[in-house]
This record gives sequence, C-alpha cells and structure tokens, in this order.
Amino acid sequence: MFDSLSDKLELTFKKLAGQATINEINIGIAMRDIKRALLSADVNYKVAKKLVEDIREKSLGEEVIKSVSPAQMIVKIVNDELTELMGGENKPLNLSPKKLPAIIMVAGLQGSGKTTFCAKLARRLKKNGKNPLLVAADVYRPAAIDQLKTLGEQVEVPVFSIEEPDAMKAVMQGLEAARAGAKDVLIVDTAGRLQIDEKMMAEAEAIKNALKPDELLFVVDSMMGQEAVNTAREFNERLDFDGVVLTKLDGDARGGAALSIRQVVEKPIKFISIGEKVDDLDLFYPERMAQRILGMGDIVSFVEKA
Amino acid sequence: SKTRETFREKLSVITQGKTEIDEEFLEELETILVAADVGVETTLAIVEAITERAKKETYRSGEELNRMLMEEIQQLLLDTDTAHPLDFDAPLPETPYVILVVGVNGAGKTTSVAKLAHNYDKAGKKVIIAAADTFRAAAYEQLKIWADRAGVPLIGQGQGADPASVVYDAVSSAVSRNVDVVLVDTAGRLHNKAHLMEELAKIMRVAKKKVPTAPHEVLLVLDGTTGQNAVQQAREFTKFVNVTGLILTKLDGTSKGGIVLSISRELKLPVKYIGVGEKIDDLQLFDREKFVEALVGRQQE
Ligand SMILES: Nc1nc2c(ncn2[C@@H]2O[C@H](COP(=O)(O)OP(=O)(O)OP(=O)(O)O)[C@@H](O)[C@H]2O)c(=O)[nH]1
Ligand SMILES: Nc1nc2c(ncn2[C@@H]2O[C@H](COP(=O)(O)OP(=O)(O)OP(=O)(O)O)[C@@H](O)[C@H]2O)c(=O)[nH]1
Ligand SMILES: [Mg+2]
Ligand SMILES: [Mg+2]
Repeated sequence: MFDSLSDKLELTFKKLAGQATINEINIGIAMRDIKRALLSADVNYKVAKKLVEDIREKSLGEEVIKSVSPAQMIVKIVNDELTELMGGENKPLNLSPKKLPAIIMVAGLQGSGKTTFCAKLARRLKKNGKNPLLVAADVYRPAAIDQLKTLGEQVEVPVFSIEEPDAMKAVMQGLEAARAGAKDVLIVDTAGRLQIDEKMMAEAEAIKNALKPDELLFVVDSMMGQEAVNTAREFNERLDFDGVVLTKLDGDARGGAALSIRQVVEKPIKFISIGEKVDDLDLFYPERMAQRILGMGDIVSFVEKA
Repeated sequence: SKTRETFREKLSVITQGKTEIDEEFLEELETILVAADVGVETTLAIVEAITERAKKETYRSGEELNRMLMEEIQQLLLDTDTAHPLDFDAPLPETPYVILVVGVNGAGKTTSVAKLAHNYDKAGKKVIIAAADTFRAAAYEQLKIWADRAGVPLIGQGQGADPASVVYDAVSSAVSRNVDVVLVDTAGRLHNKAHLMEELAKIMRVAKKKVPTAPHEVLLVLDGTTGQNAVQQAREFTKFVNVTGLILTKLDGTSKGGIVLSISRELKLPVKYIGVGEKIDDLQLFDREKFVEALVGRQQE
C-alpha cells in the first residue's frame, strides 16, 4: 500500500546526510512524514495535528542513543505515544455480578458489524460458563431478526424476538424472558443508525434508559475515515457508551479511526472483530493497534533492546 | 460547538480584494479535502494544480476562483462510458444485461441491488435478481424481502450453495425468459482474502457460459464512510473482476466520500450511483457537480 512510517523516516534522515542527531531542521521534515503517515492511516486530521505537536516536543528533548538512528528513535517515540493514546492495557467487560441478568447493548452505524458481534460475544460468554440470551431489537433492516436467529443457532444461544416492529417492546419483553428463563446475560442487538437521525438516536437513548445496560458498546468499522470522530462523539454524547468494538480488522485497513475515537471520546476499545465466523473475536491490545496504524515491523522491539 | 459555514462564503472572505491565491487559502483547501477523506496524495495534487493555474490566471472575484476550483476537482471524476448507460430508461446495449454487484462486507450491496432492480423495473425493463450471497446468515431472506418490495423475481438455491451455480441458473433463466436485466448480489468479501476473490473470478467465468459478453457491468459498492482503504479495495477488486463503475453508499450520513477522487485518479473508475438512505427509492445517479459542491461546500469546525 504505502511504505511503513519507519521506512519513510529512514529515507528522510538519509536525505539529510550527515545529520545523525535530531535537531530543529530535520525534525520538521520528519514530522511532516509522520503527519502524512497518520492521515494515510485515517487518523483524524485534528488528532494527527495535535499528536505531531506532542511528538515533536518529545523528540527534541530526547537524547539519541548511539546504536540507533534518529529515525528509529523517532519511530519509538511515535509508537509509545500512540500506544499510550490507545489506552495502555486491555479493559475487560464490566458486568455486574449482582444484577440478573447483566445487560449488554450494542449500537453503531449501518453495516458496522453489530449483529455478527452480538453472536460472537454470546458464544464467548457461553464458553465462559454464562447463560446468555440474545434479543433482536433491529425491527427495520430486512431479515435482521432471521440473521440473528441463524447466528444464534450457530453459537447455540437462544434469540428472543417479537413479531411487532417495536424495538422498545422487544427489549422489555426480552428482559422479562431472560428473568423467567434464569439467564444471566442479556445481549441486545440494535438497528444500524446515523448519528444525525434524530428519531433513531432517540430510540437508542430510550432503550438505554429503560435497560440501564452494564455495557453499552459502540461498534465501529475499522475501515472508517475522517468522520469516525464526529460519529463517535455524537453517539457518545447521546448514549454515553462504555466501550468500543472495532470490526473487520481481518482486512488491511490501518485503522487510524480507532486512535481518533479513543482520543476524542476517551472510552476504551474492548474487543476486535477479525472475521465473519463466530469465533473471530479477540480482545483489544493497544500496542498491536499502534503498530498496525504505523505499519511497522519489529523496529519497536529493536529500539527497545538497544 | 459546531458551526457550518459554506466554503463559498469562506472563500469570498479569504479572497476579498485579492487576485491571487494565498497560502492561507491553500491551507484551508487542503484541510477541507483531507477532512473529506480525499487522501493526502490526491489533495496535494489538487492543491498543486490549482497553484499552477493561479500562476497563469487572474481572479477578480471569489466567485471566479471558486469556479476554477470546482472545475479542477470535477475534472478528476470521470464520465460513465456509453457502453454502460447510467440512465435506467436508456436502451440497453444487449439483453440480458448482466450486472454483478461486489464489495466488502456491509458496504450496502444487497440494498443497492434492490434499489437498482426497483429503478430498472420502473423504467419498464424485465428484471431478475440472483442471490449469489449464499454465505452470510439470512442473506437470502434479506434479498427476498427486497425482491418482493421491488416486485421482481429472485433466483437462489439457499444457504451454502455454490454462488457460481446460482449465477449460471439466473443467466440461463434470463435467456429463456427474455429478461432484460440480471442483477447479481454477491457476498461481502474483504479484498485481501485470496480464496474469496478467486470465487468472484469464477462467478465471472460461469456467467460467460450462457452469455459470452456477461457480466456487462461489474459495480463495486463502496461505503461512503470508508477512508483510505477504499483505494486498496478498488485496486484488488479490479484485479479479479472487470469493475466498470462504483456505487457510493451512505452519503445521507456526514461522510463526504472524497476517497473516490483518489480512486478515479488512479484507477479511472467512474462513480455511477450514490446511495442516500435505506429505502428502495434512495438511489441517485451520480452528479459530479453536486458531489464536488458537497465535498468542499461545507466544513465542520
Ligand atoms: N471480514 C469481516 N466481516 C465482518 C466482521 N464483522 C462483521 N462482518 C460482516 O460485515 C457484514 C455486516 O455485519 P452485520 O453484523 O450484519 O452488521 P450490522 O452492524 O449488524 O449491520 P446493520 O444491522 O445493517 O446495521 C456482514 O457481511 C458480516 O458478515 C469482521 O470482523 N470481519
Ligand atoms: N444510511 C444508509 N444506510 C444504507 C445505505 N445503503 C445500505 N445501507 C444500510 O447498510 C446496512 C448494510 O447494507 P447491505 O445492503 O446489507 O450491505 P451488504 O454490502 O449487502 O452487506 P453484506 O452482504 O453483509 O456484505 C443495512 O443496514 C442497510 O440498510 C445508504 O445509502 N444509506
Ligand atoms: Mg444488524
Ligand atoms: Mg448483502
């Protein structure tokens, strides 16, 4: 696709032959490279700008270790900065042990991967000894309920749905059904919606207020571009979600949107979705994501050893 | 707080009393393009082209400058060639006219197929849909509902069937029933999955068995919210199937879909249609001028 950031930086410093250290002159060009790499990875332009300023500060203050090049040094700084922004460690699901059932609700734009994720999560929880119930609260998309039912069969978790096209009713009756069936986790799949669709956002808000979920997860496609931040911000303002699920990471998108979202809404990314099959779910690891965005090989570990 | 200001207004402020383009203006333009997902390279190319032109020409008003800018950006976007009529009413070069719809997961393929079926049907053409997504949960059921809404027949074999064989059935039946348009909905696939891409190539080959010139069109569906990865999608899909045009979906959201400028520039693919909603009527013919207007016409603070 494009060269990795570390290749680019090596080249930059090579061009500035004889400049073996980081200084005011070469840092400018290096920062331009970094900014472009971030933009090409879909990091939001405002986030990229701020990030580059921070990296610049840190790089100038840094003493260059003899055995590594200035380019490697800067890459390390960029990587550390990004990893920190991505949230340091993985944050697990936070399900109340007292409340029965514990409730998980998902929301997000159309086609982001909500329904698939619900099934995957149900499977995962079931494997961990839970007894989940899936609720089909997407009453709009053609065959959305069939889709969840088919997936429910695959993961061997029951799916609650009603005939009537009323999401709130489906959710409330689903909750009843969970209690009656002694289910300990309720997973609610909702319809895809645009953050500017007032009626649909109000619906999501109403469902949230009625359910008071332990975890409201915002599901976002890792291929998303610059608008990811505005979308996430508005979903967050409206729903105050608890975490993010990043999907379709089995593709080759850099996923800079993840960084932007993390930076703007300050909510942890909890899961990544890495395929269409029900097993394709993983926890989120910040430093892996940082390296993916930068498109780097082992330069980081190399510098670490030096 | 969020203020929306038309670029045109901004432009006239920046250029008041000026006859040449200044740094501030170019920076502003660069930001607008990058924020619309145009991508760094294409953005720089546009900025450069405008700088070059401005060196040779004089602009007496913001209006003039604005026109030049629009022109420069619009010329990156290509027209659909005449072999692939844009207008649903236009006569088809050949029947059955087979249209294969492809793209990554969740881009809006199935919904777009339904919208296309509806439009061709409205234009008085005889349409059938082929359910060649035999993989995703309830893909057939979803398409069935859409086919009923559009009032056109659906050909399918159910979950797990060979998609190429569904396409063969559909094309055969189209030939014997004098169908005008065959719309093939395929499963979502990420372009970096070799075996899934190979499956598409196979569908192409099988379609030709009954109608050697099929598929007459391959439409790549791109989610309008996609960032830089869309270029890679276009690159890979064009390697495996003969993509003839793009459908850009979800433009009813806040994303601008600027990445199609980069795709046009590199791969010379025209945008044919845009998706502007989840209903069957929410498909529009691509209009360059309107698109570019929306691209640079608004800015978020
Ligand atoms: N390759 C890949 N495909 C995925 C992943 N997650 C979901 N998908 C696919 O993406 C498409 C959309 O997924 P859904 O789960 O239906 O998305 P959704 O958010 O529920 O969609 P709506 O309900 O229409 O808003 C389907 O084709 C899924 O199979 C993933 O991690 N990787
Ligand atoms: N807002 C909006 N939503 C759209 C548009 N086109 C499709 N969608 C929605 O996007 C989601 C996915 O659409 P599909 O048509 O199922 O996408 P697909 O590409 O067939 O998905 P897979 O077959 O799973 O790969 C659905 O919720 C659609 O209603 C559009 O133009 N605008
Ligand atoms: Mg869904
Ligand atoms: Mg589909």
